[in-house]
Amino acid sequence: MVEPVLDVKGLEKSFGALKATNGASLDLRPGEIHALIGPNGAGKSTLINQISGALAPDAGSIRFLGTDITMLDTARRARMGLARTFQISSLAQEFSALRNVMLAVQARQGTSLRFFRPVASDVSLTEPAMRMLSRVGLADRANVPAAALSHGERRQLEIAVALAMEPKAFLLDEPMAGMGPEGSKALTGFLDGLRREAPILLVEHDMDAVFALADRVSVLVYGRIIATGSVSEIRNDPEVRRAYLGEPA
Amino acid sequence: MGARETTVNVLLVLLLPAVALTALFIGEAFYITLATRIAILALAAVGLNIALGLGGLVSFGHAAFFGLGGYVAGVLATHAFNMEPVAFGLPGTTAMPAIWLVAILLCGLVALPIGLVSLRTSGVYFIMITLAFAQMIYYFAISWPAYGGEDGLSLSMRNGFPGLNTAKPFPYFVVVFVLLLAGLLLFHRLRASRFGAALEAARQNPARLAAIGISPFAIRLVAFVLSAMITGLAGALFADLNRFVSPSMLSWHMSGELIVLIILGGKNRLFGPLAGAALYVLFEYALGGLTERWQLFLGLVLLAVVFFARGGLIGLLAGRPRHG
Ligand SMILES: Nc1ncnc2c1ncn2[C@@H]1O[C@H](COP(=O)(O)OP(=O)(O)OP(=O)(O)O)[C@@H](O)[C@H]1O
Ligand SMILES: [Mg+2]
Repeated sequence: MVEPVLDVKGLEKSFGALKATNGASLDLRPGEIHALIGPNGAGKSTLINQISGALAPDAGSIRFLGTDITMLDTARRARMGLARTFQISSLAQEFSALRNVMLAVQARQGTSLRFFRPVASDVSLTEPAMRMLSRVGLADRANVPAAALSHGERRQLEIAVALAMEPKAFLLDEPMAGMGPEGSKALTGFLDGLRREAPILLVEHDMDAVFALADRVSVLVYGRIIATGSVSEIRNDPEVRRAYLGEPA
Repeated sequence: MGARETTVNVLLVLLLPAVALTALFIGEAFYITLATRIAILALAAVGLNIALGLGGLVSFGHAAFFGLGGYVAGVLATHAFNMEPVAFGLPGTTAMPAIWLVAILLCGLVALPIGLVSLRTSGVYFIMITLAFAQMIYYFAISWPAYGGEDGLSLSMRNGFPGLNTAKPFPYFVVVFVLLLAGLLLFHRLRASRFGAALEAARQNPARLAAIGISPFAIRLVAFVLSAMITGLAGALFADLNRFVSPSMLSWHMSGELIVLIILGGKNRLFGPLAGAALYVLFEYALGGLTERWQLFLGLVLLAVVFFARGGLIGLLAGRPRHG
């Protein structure tokens, strides 16, 4: 069997009395889209935050590319090739779309301790950044400050920033949220191709997108993964139908 | 930068040499000293502006570096005068370039541990911890009799610069002004650079910066150290201007004054520190003669800036900043 890119084992995380992650294990294999679904408040974002390093788990381990990264900080994990997007867009608001992506390009190059050369005229940053903006269809909005972009455009910019990191795995937290039917459809097509570049752990409420894209689906309820399987296995799993898809048993 | 901001900046740069030259020709040395004072405070604030303006790090302890720079000038000159080695057989000196180098390096060295500790916190805790470190250095200076303790340390004469008679006000103004220009150029290049982009992102959204693989802590630490070095250089110049250095340069009033300069001028604006320093010194000069309570009026101006002109003087004159 192929070694998984990302291997999460037995994660636990409590906020006070609330057990937001309760012994969650999952893995991400090369070339796949692994969807993580579950009702609101199930702990999906909390899980993503632990994998990306934004939150420290109480117990459990996270291996990435064969290395235990449980103790590494967010920046180190990102440099190893773990790119995440945020459920609520999180960008440098005063910077233009282009400069947001340029920052990710310079992070990828590891050249942030350069003090003199102006970035604005630096094609080794602007050119790749522009390419990423084009890929997500934001090229004509390159010079607009992130704060002035529409909600949907900010979602696209999040993806462009992640692309610029040339990651080994994507963690996407509800990339379709608030995109509208057109945007969701376009993004579904885009993610379909993206899995060839790096596998994707996809948190998503849009079931059409999930069922169209996912190689495997995991269902998270109250911090626990109650089932993992192919789309058809998940659709026909009685426990999933009861707990999540809202059907009587 | 907008065309209007460029015009305002050019006028501001020309202001100080214009005042100093006029004063030179009409024989009013006092105004040269006033212009020199503005330039030095502006340079100190340019340093702080790297941390505060670009990085959003409200250091309430930059007087530590300003005073440290001042003491480097005073202590090295005293040892040179008395022909006693400073430490490890190293002699003192009255050569400004050597003094500047020592001041810059020492401030960087001191800023490193202070930054390592205080940058683990943020917001009001960061303000308090930087203040606490500065106060420690302040009390250390007060209680150390070797260099004058509470009374401070006088320089028997201004330190020298090769080829210039720095004892005269105008040549010394030129030295200071050139260093101010260098400081402004450095700030300008820094802000436009990759480091500047990372630092400004650390201010806007540290979680985003970490998520793309740049540690906000590391970027801020470098910024804090650079910032301290420039403020320390200004401190050495200040000691030479007054031919006197005392613990008051290290006091929290001084830290507050530097923050006020930046807020007055416009934070994160290239020329904010210069505009703020000019305004501050003019206030001190114009109102200080009339009433001892001039700081009361300064307080009112500061209130007006905070409520009506967030961009400070530069914002008022040149409009909102442009971002690429
Ligand atoms: N920092 C925090 N402190 C306290 N409680 C938290 C924190 N973050 C999340 N929670 C709680 O943990 C639970 C899981 O939240 P989480 O955001 O992970 O859910 P989610 O599955 O992503 O939900 P959604 O689908 O609405 O995005 C929720 O009950 C939430 O209120
Ligand atoms: Mg969520």
